[in-house]
Amino acid sequence: MGVDSSLRDRFEHGLAAPICLTWELTYACNLACVHCLSSSGRRDPRELTTAEATALIDEIAEMQVFYINVGGGEPTMRRDFYDLIDYAVSRRVGVKFSTNGTRIDAAAARRLAAMDYLDVQVSLDGVDATTNDRVRGAGSYTSARRAMDELAAAGFGQFKISVVITRENVAQLDEMAELASHYGAQLRLTRLRPSGRGADVWDELHPTRAQGRELYRWLRERPDVLTGDSFFHLSALGSPLDGLNLCGAGRVVCLIDPVGDVYACPFVIHDEFLAGNVRDAGFATVWRDSELFASLRSPGSAGACASCGSFDACRGGCMAAKFFTGLELTDPDPECVFGHGEEALARRRGVAPTSGSDHSRRVRVALSTR
Amino acid sequence: MSIETVTEEEADPTFDEVDELLVEEVSIDGLCGVY
Amino acid sequence: MTTRGIRFDASGPWRLSAEVSLRDESFGALAYHHVNRRLVFLKSPSLVALVSRLDQFESANDALIELIDEPSRESHRRALGSLADSGIIRGG
Repeated sequence: MGVDSSLRDRFEHGLAAPICLTWELTYACNLACVHCLSSSGRRDPRELTTAEATALIDEIAEMQVFYINVGGGEPTMRRDFYDLIDYAVSRRVGVKFSTNGTRIDAAAARRLAAMDYLDVQVSLDGVDATTNDRVRGAGSYTSARRAMDELAAAGFGQFKISVVITRENVAQLDEMAELASHYGAQLRLTRLRPSGRGADVWDELHPTRAQGRELYRWLRERPDVLTGDSFFHLSALGSPLDGLNLCGAGRVVCLIDPVGDVYACPFVIHDEFLAGNVRDAGFATVWRDSELFASLRSPGSAGACASCGSFDACRGGCMAAKFFTGLELTDPDPECVFGHGEEALARRRGVAPTSGSDHSRRVRVALSTR
Repeated sequence: MSIETVTEEEADPTFDEVDELLVEEVSIDGLCGVY
Repeated sequence: MTTRGIRFDASGPWRLSAEVSLRDESFGALAYHHVNRRLVFLKSPSLVALVSRLDQFESANDALIELIDEPSRESHRRALGSLADSGIIRGG
């Protein structure tokens, strides 16, 4: 079930405010997932202060951003985490936060269960420790499961389990659904992008085209599974997947990072997609006046995809996937279901861009050497 | 979450105007660029 | 949690639900229900004005007659029915 094309067109041209936005509260993280899109680990000394964060929430509330997705790094590592999410909710801004679960103990779960307008999303990248911990680190599966048990015990209600789909876990889709069902949780699958540390492991971990087709078929049969419109590139395979089926970056969503930088989306933390900083003149000014956002909101060229009959279904795919694999934004998506992306990758010259923003705690190593 | 559009009944032939959809629902989860 | 099957009786009073944020856009408005989390796009300024002022009238029909030109009333009435179904507007 796709969305009316005139509605998509209007969204492509931008809105008065984001519908929702991702706010990475901190680059600090107590895990070191191989594919971390924000290359998190070490806290940045220039992090927004509590006062700055509170003022930002005020602006977000005044703009009527409907809800915020709070992440990081690991957002619970900020000392003012609960103060900030309490404040957002009190200002009628809904909050979903994404967590590795390491700090969701019984007391935290009870505190969260007592809050309204709060959504919790626990990250998990496999249905067993072997699969999950290879990507997220030793002990991470156990922590995530413990967090889910605590949320259930505290009567939190429905939370989300968020899985980044990789070549190694795509065979576990049914088991993931069962796990979510066990907790009465919502399963959410998202696309691995070559962003942040994801660039180091993308070649080895991104699903094959055959797996992409399998995933598409599975999602078509499971409309209850959320995707964050993450797989709209697969909509070229047939009837569109649920969602707007278009890139929301700078149009309906954006990212605010821990030091106040505003990017088009969490998957393009790179100067090329930096719209401004909230410390200059606030967030609303950036959303409204940024040149980057104005250019994203004006009709783009279909480029190499112009002659493809499926362009309307996939709109040429994901900017982040193209940018960080060294493709042009007018090239096909590297995971184009028809293989046009693979052709474009083969023709590539030069080195893919890397983000200057790297807060990793240690030298990044390839997956195969771990 | 599913996308829904208002189901249109047949346009009344006495009206000149095209009977357009005035309301459309989108999924709050159906926005790419959010994790 | 959903409000499927709400009968929209335009002869009764209706109002924007308290749990809804209604945000103006260039093309109309976006309405978000904070509890059932439905997000609805109102595609015309006349519909937005109607929804915003519904609570000032004794009935939805009165509001339609006062605020909407006759040829457009049916499509607006149907839109209100859809908004009632989503919980964006509620009776009373």
